[in-house]
Amino acid sequence: MRFLLRRLAHAVFLLFAVSILTYLFASLVPGDYFDEMRLNPQIAPQTVVALRAQYRLDRPLPLRYVRWLDSVVHGDLGYSFSYNSPVAPLLLVRARNTLVLTLTAALLAWGLALPLGVRSAEHVGGLPDALVSWMTAGLLVVPDVVLALGLLLFAARSGWFPTGGLVSIDFDSLSLARKLLDLALHIMLPVSVLVLTALPLLVRHVRSAMIGVLEAPFLQAARGHGIPRRRLLYRYALPAAANPLISLFGFSVGTLLSGSLLVEVVMSWPGLGPLLVEAILSRDLYVVIGGVLLSTLFLVIGNLIADLLLYWADPRTRVESPAK
Amino acid sequence: MTKRRKLVKWLVVLGALHGVVACAGFLSPYDPTEQDRERPYAPPVRLHFRDTQRRFHIRPFLYPLRVREGSFAQFDEDTARVTPVRFFVDGSSYRLLGLVPCRLHLFGAFPARICLLGTDGYGRDQLSRILYGGQVSLAAGLLGAGTTLLFGLGIGTAAGYYGGWRDDVLMRLAELFMALPWLYLLLGLRAFLPLSVRPTQPFLLIVIVIGLVGWARPARLIRSVVLSFKERDFVRAARGFGASDGYILIRHILPETSSVLLTQAAILVPQYILAEMALSFLGLGVPEPLASWGNLLANLRQYSVLMSYWWMYLPAVAIVPFFIGYLGLASALQEWADPSRWA
Repeated sequence: MRFLLRRLAHAVFLLFAVSILTYLFASLVPGDYFDEMRLNPQIAPQTVVALRAQYRLDRPLPLRYVRWLDSVVHGDLGYSFSYNSPVAPLLLVRARNTLVLTLTAALLAWGLALPLGVRSAEHVGGLPDALVSWMTAGLLVVPDVVLALGLLLFAARSGWFPTGGLVSIDFDSLSLARKLLDLALHIMLPVSVLVLTALPLLVRHVRSAMIGVLEAPFLQAARGHGIPRRRLLYRYALPAAANPLISLFGFSVGTLLSGSLLVEVVMSWPGLGPLLVEAILSRDLYVVIGGVLLSTLFLVIGNLIADLLLYWADPRTRVESPAK
Repeated sequence: MTKRRKLVKWLVVLGALHGVVACAGFLSPYDPTEQDRERPYAPPVRLHFRDTQRRFHIRPFLYPLRVREGSFAQFDEDTARVTPVRFFVDGSSYRLLGLVPCRLHLFGAFPARICLLGTDGYGRDQLSRILYGGQVSLAAGLLGAGTTLLFGLGIGTAAGYYGGWRDDVLMRLAELFMALPWLYLLLGLRAFLPLSVRPTQPFLLIVIVIGLVGWARPARLIRSVVLSFKERDFVRAARGFGASDGYILIRHILPETSSVLLTQAAILVPQYILAEMALSFLGLGVPEPLASWGNLLANLRQYSVLMSYWWMYLPAVAIVPFFIGYLGLASALQEWADPSRWA
């Protein structure tokens, strides 16, 4: 329990620090959302001044930050200039889509990486191992943008998959089963890009962790007792190799989030990515800060889950570490 | 010895690849910004050896492209006019390796244009743009990695050598930076930089932004190396002889970090090339008319380009050998730098 509290406190502190950091950078910029209006001869200079005052852009920086914190506490996350609404509801819809995408990708990537890594660790130097290592090497040298564009072209040419968006136009009129199918078809392309880019690293780590464990004396003994292969690998060896993999899980959430940003833009998946890019181009300050903050939150939660899993899986981590 | 040979092999491969891009001016027939509005999205020209009378030419030649009547970006070969390929021709002026003013190009053709990899929407030669774009992208990767390593080295050494509260503060900061999703951070930082100024200015800004984002991981690695060396006997001996901190750092400790630095560099450079590509692809990086691999690929964000003009994908293909090279170099370096030395 104390462990959990400490991790939580750490996470909150982290988010706070990130918010100050992004806010600080934001204030260092020359110019803001209303600069373009100033160039427009149809808008009076007084209007721009009034608008800036309305959004309180004319106040000193610490004051603005405190006001923004206040709005965070109230669940608004500031106000979007271009959407003319509080940021939080805007972000939440997009964040849901991003989460659907990254979580599906994370599950699939791990679901594929575990058997592949275990299998190639079982026969080191054998044919499956060689195949897997060639595959991972091949995937490592193809950047995700390229992969995404390639798959997009494939989808457009073949017509088998929709090339963008979250659901079809007639989504609301479909039955539940058809709705799920529709969603699955739409999510297929972005998810496969994410899975394929995340896979090599995961497989390699699973493989090396398993190789280390498979040589351990207790597994030799278990093998000598005649425990079936599958049970030996997944019930005995995998839990013993789980530690570094659980830490990797937290890390993989981060890479998937960053990867999804680009993939979302390429495949026009209505997630945080396109919103953020648009906001940056139009200098919609609070949307940008909110987006960065939200993605940090996801990452922190991912790491927190990894920590808790580790705490649950490995009693050794429960011992209070002696002071450095 | 084989480890060393492997390392040398990858270094030679990478050197050759970088050499090709560095000599972009000589190898590309045109200036990357030279437009031909008459021929947008022209496909790669075909080189022929046999003409319509089935006569054989030793010197390869091409037929000029002309727009098919009443169409857009549909081209036919004008078989009446044979245009031979010429080697070592004079053309647009450039600076060889950025220094020597020069007009000599490896190949060219006159009066028709020779666009071996086709042209883009403004009729600019795709081959030239890929080569020149490579200069920008690679420079961004190399400079960015340099910035990161410099920061990482400074911060890691300070944290490891001086320890105490400095160590605590710096490492908490590193954890903070590692906890951020890097692309979001990159976008966040980019958001707050002026959108468009002169083309070289955004480039430098991008390099700095990319370089600043990644310092945490190398800093931690270097800190651990410094920590393990600062209490070794030879360092203590030097301290006993009255050596200053600066002397000990430069003579005894920093040389030990070199293998970590090199390995990190080989890992970081392709990552940063990718980061520059991502930013430029999203329209937040290197602006037109400057070419970079990222903004060349950004053309594909238009659906019609994606579907119709396959040669617009070629910048993506150009990246792959570099990635193979850097991956090979990183693994060769890891084998070469024996980690047991500072375990």
